[in-house]
Amino acid sequence: MKQFIQGIVENNHQATPLLQMLRQIQSRFHYIPEEAIEQLSGLLNMPRTQIVSVIEFYSFFHLTPRGQYELLISDSITDHMLGKKDLLGYLENKLAVAVGKVRSDGLVSLNNTSCTGMCDQGPAGLVNGYALTHLDHSSIDKIAALINQQKPLSEWPSELFQVDDNIHKSGLLLNQQIEQGAALTAVLKRGIKETLAEIDTSGLRGRGGAGFKTAMKWQFCSEEQQTERYVVCNADEGEPGTFKDRVLLNSYADQVFEGMTVCATIIGAKQGFLYLRGEYLHLHDKLQNILQQRRRNGLLGINILDAGWSFDIEICLGAGAYICGEESALIESLEGKAGIPRNRPPYPVTQGYLGKPTVVNNVETFLAAAGIAVNGGNWFAGIGTEKSKGTKILSISGDCARPGIYEYPFGVTVQTILHDCGADDVLGVQVGGPSGMFISDQEFERKLAFEDLATGGSFIIFNTSRNILDMVHNFTHFFAHESCGFCTPCRVGTSLLQKQMDKIVDGHGSAGDVVVLEELCQLVKNYSHCGLGQTAANPILTTLERYPGLYQSRLKEISYEPGFDLDGALETARRMANRDDAGAHLAQIEVNEHE
Amino acid sequence: MSKTITIDGKTIPFEDGQTIMDAAMTADIYIPHLCHQPEFTPHGSCKLCTVNVNGRNCTACTFPAMDGQEVLSETQELIDDRKKITQMLFVEGNHFCMSCEKTGNCQLQAVAYHLNMLDNHFPLFYPDRKVDASHAEVMIDHNRCIFCTLCVRASQQTDGKNVFALSGRGIHKHLIVNAESGLLKDTDVDVNDQAVHVCPTGAILVKRTGYQVPIGERIYDHQQIDQVALASERPKHGK
Amino acid sequence: MANKIRVATTSLAGCFGCHMSFLDIDERMLQLVEVVEFDRSPLTDIEHCTNCDIGLIEGGVCNSENVHVLREFRNNCKILVAVGACAINGGLPAMRNHIPLEECLSEAYLDGVGVENPQIPNDIELPLLLDQVYPIHEVVKIDYFLPGCPPSADVFWKFLTDLIEGREPSLPYELVHYD
Repeated sequence: MKQFIQGIVENNHQATPLLQMLRQIQSRFHYIPEEAIEQLSGLLNMPRTQIVSVIEFYSFFHLTPRGQYELLISDSITDHMLGKKDLLGYLENKLAVAVGKVRSDGLVSLNNTSCTGMCDQGPAGLVNGYALTHLDHSSIDKIAALINQQKPLSEWPSELFQVDDNIHKSGLLLNQQIEQGAALTAVLKRGIKETLAEIDTSGLRGRGGAGFKTAMKWQFCSEEQQTERYVVCNADEGEPGTFKDRVLLNSYADQVFEGMTVCATIIGAKQGFLYLRGEYLHLHDKLQNILQQRRRNGLLGINILDAGWSFDIEICLGAGAYICGEESALIESLEGKAGIPRNRPPYPVTQGYLGKPTVVNNVETFLAAAGIAVNGGNWFAGIGTEKSKGTKILSISGDCARPGIYEYPFGVTVQTILHDCGADDVLGVQVGGPSGMFISDQEFERKLAFEDLATGGSFIIFNTSRNILDMVHNFTHFFAHESCGFCTPCRVGTSLLQKQMDKIVDGHGSAGDVVVLEELCQLVKNYSHCGLGQTAANPILTTLERYPGLYQSRLKEISYEPGFDLDGALETARRMANRDDAGAHLAQIEVNEHE
Repeated sequence: MSKTITIDGKTIPFEDGQTIMDAAMTADIYIPHLCHQPEFTPHGSCKLCTVNVNGRNCTACTFPAMDGQEVLSETQELIDDRKKITQMLFVEGNHFCMSCEKTGNCQLQAVAYHLNMLDNHFPLFYPDRKVDASHAEVMIDHNRCIFCTLCVRASQQTDGKNVFALSGRGIHKHLIVNAESGLLKDTDVDVNDQAVHVCPTGAILVKRTGYQVPIGERIYDHQQIDQVALASERPKHGK
Repeated sequence: MANKIRVATTSLAGCFGCHMSFLDIDERMLQLVEVVEFDRSPLTDIEHCTNCDIGLIEGGVCNSENVHVLREFRNNCKILVAVGACAINGGLPAMRNHIPLEECLSEAYLDGVGVENPQIPNDIELPLLLDQVYPIHEVVKIDYFLPGCPPSADVFWKFLTDLIEGREPSLPYELVHYD
């Protein structure tokens, strides 16, 4: 082990490598052994506490051994809709291992994981970090056999790992196949300032969901005094129901890298990072090859296009933390730390990576920027709405005939989208993922646009056979699991929301409980440190607003009842005393008590 | 002309680089806080010092004062919500004041008293947390930790050490110490370190000192935390 | 006085310390009984409460009997008050909450040091223990909370006189203590 770790440290040329080193150690040993922590601490001259806190922050790092085959099953609501729960039980049986456990021979472990971004081809999972799609009984039978035969992943049939793009509707961005280098050549021809002006003309706003004007962000960054600046592409696509970046990086990566390079020329950055969510490990080698090719073709590295520009891109893999999609948490993670959002101001454009001015943009934003550099601002601004220019790429999943990727001009109605993807009998749509909002069948004339329904791209459809509270329950658990724990309202509040939802879903809610729930939602929303906490109550708030009756129907009509299962709380004592008489039971609510 | 902000309608001056908390404390205005102490880099995690600045909620301890800001602090809504945030801190840990040496000197308790908190409001978590009494002079009762990181910052910024850190995620956040055994006795902590004395609750205690002052005669038994904080922290809120 | 205010009190999983502290109002008790009469309470021998105005509950809920008593109080008292730390947050008894009940019972009755004739008590007259000690507000609705371990005599006095004289009860800083 000593040699292995020594090797990792010596061969690591990355600026802030801790996360990447821990990934390699986890992958080799299936946990981070104590000796590794000691050794890293010495070699990196870093307190062991810093290393341990990183390990314990990310879902994919472990202080105790996992199986040689570590199976994680995606817990997205879309996986549930495709029968995940049954499959998990089947897996437990087939592999003789319980969820959350390692089998006694150490060969395999099984657990849940947050949405793996395969909602259009679930139920999905990960085996040693590599994506598994379309899980069903027959593929599980195969997987179980392969594991029991201890076959290395390289010998597993490739169809288990097949990830399809599923592009069903292309528009401005997905139709264009600009040649490698075309955008940079255009910048060289037109001029840097002029290119920024075109991006300004295009009206492009950040595609992550917040919608900050891209040209303004780049300009602010370029005007900073500090000349060491960075470009970061946020490919930590963790919002459940979103998978468009997976497709863009699979089939349009060259253009995304080109967009990053255009940004670098404008803001004067020498180094860029693609922060790729750990769940997309399957894309890693392919992306590295594209970068290598771009270097060979003089589009990355020193003196790009002989224009005197120097810029390179490094890929950093995440390790299972939704919060790292928040730009300042992402920067912390890039720096090899736990992904805890920073206090703002200062914003990343003034003090980002290593405290230097940094532009962080979404994958789709860079893709659009490359197109705009080639085709000019009006090409983009010519479509969309007054306030939302251009197109939006959607990840569509849930109850529809054709889940996948759809590109629409902004301003498209929900109705049109539902028609195109073959969705019938629709109850409602979760737009923008759990942090977005649930819209009911009364709102299908609403438009996708920053001024109406803003979205990072997640679009999950629910038909009338679905129970909205199951969805809210799933989302609420997701946020509690992903809260970084930095601030009180989110750390405690998301757990309280989870308890309160459990209580209502389990049928222990009483008349006052919806008021309590709503009050708690407001507290979490209004006082949390970052977007995660500020939106964690959205699933409850947006459904409570639309379906108050649904919540009420789960509540008992009495004014109060215990928030837990009273009779269940006697179970242990009853069993140990071997009693089952009337006195050994309690009614949940009082019925004719004789005192 | 010097720059000013208003807090609850009162105009107060500030210097560039000051936070709203700095400006408020300098002007003798108390804003409840637990994770903030003027000698350390502000952290902004407890959220008790949340104020409303021009319509938006911000943490006073991290948000820079800017000319013309209209800050609201003692509104009924903010007071009520600060109480609920304090109640959150109480329910996530195990805070049994009657058996805690820090009672009466505890800032968590004092803020709760200040906000007239009479109950826990939320269901209690009763987490399973440990006590580390391994060290000869200092002990950690994890049941009482509120993750303010004051000990982490004091150890780094004043003591020049790295004895403490926060680890874990979400509700599983916990304090760790810099030793392979995970025990305080195996760290380089010293009873005179500032990190040992900065804990706002009874999570880090110096052994054999807890009852030197009888219960009933302790700091917050008769004096509110606003007065205590203004008197002891105000001089340190330079810039 | 024709219509005295009826007060009932009880101790669930508590130590009666709150009751003792209540008695510390000393001679003010004479003033109190001018306007108050006690219903079910350790201070009287009344076994069940009937139509009370105020119920004072000391202690948390640790077993099935506590649940029955608490429900009787809730059903019969217009105003139900959680008195003291144990009623409010489980208090010292709740310090068992992080240990599984099975371990607690095994240690006490089966395999702990000094256990002879190991067996779990199973007489049907005995109330069964709940898995945890619960604050009373998690079992029934509570109207007021008087913190303290115990709340001082002055807390009882202030609270009851406020209620009796028709004021919304409030505790000044000096009276709010958790210890």
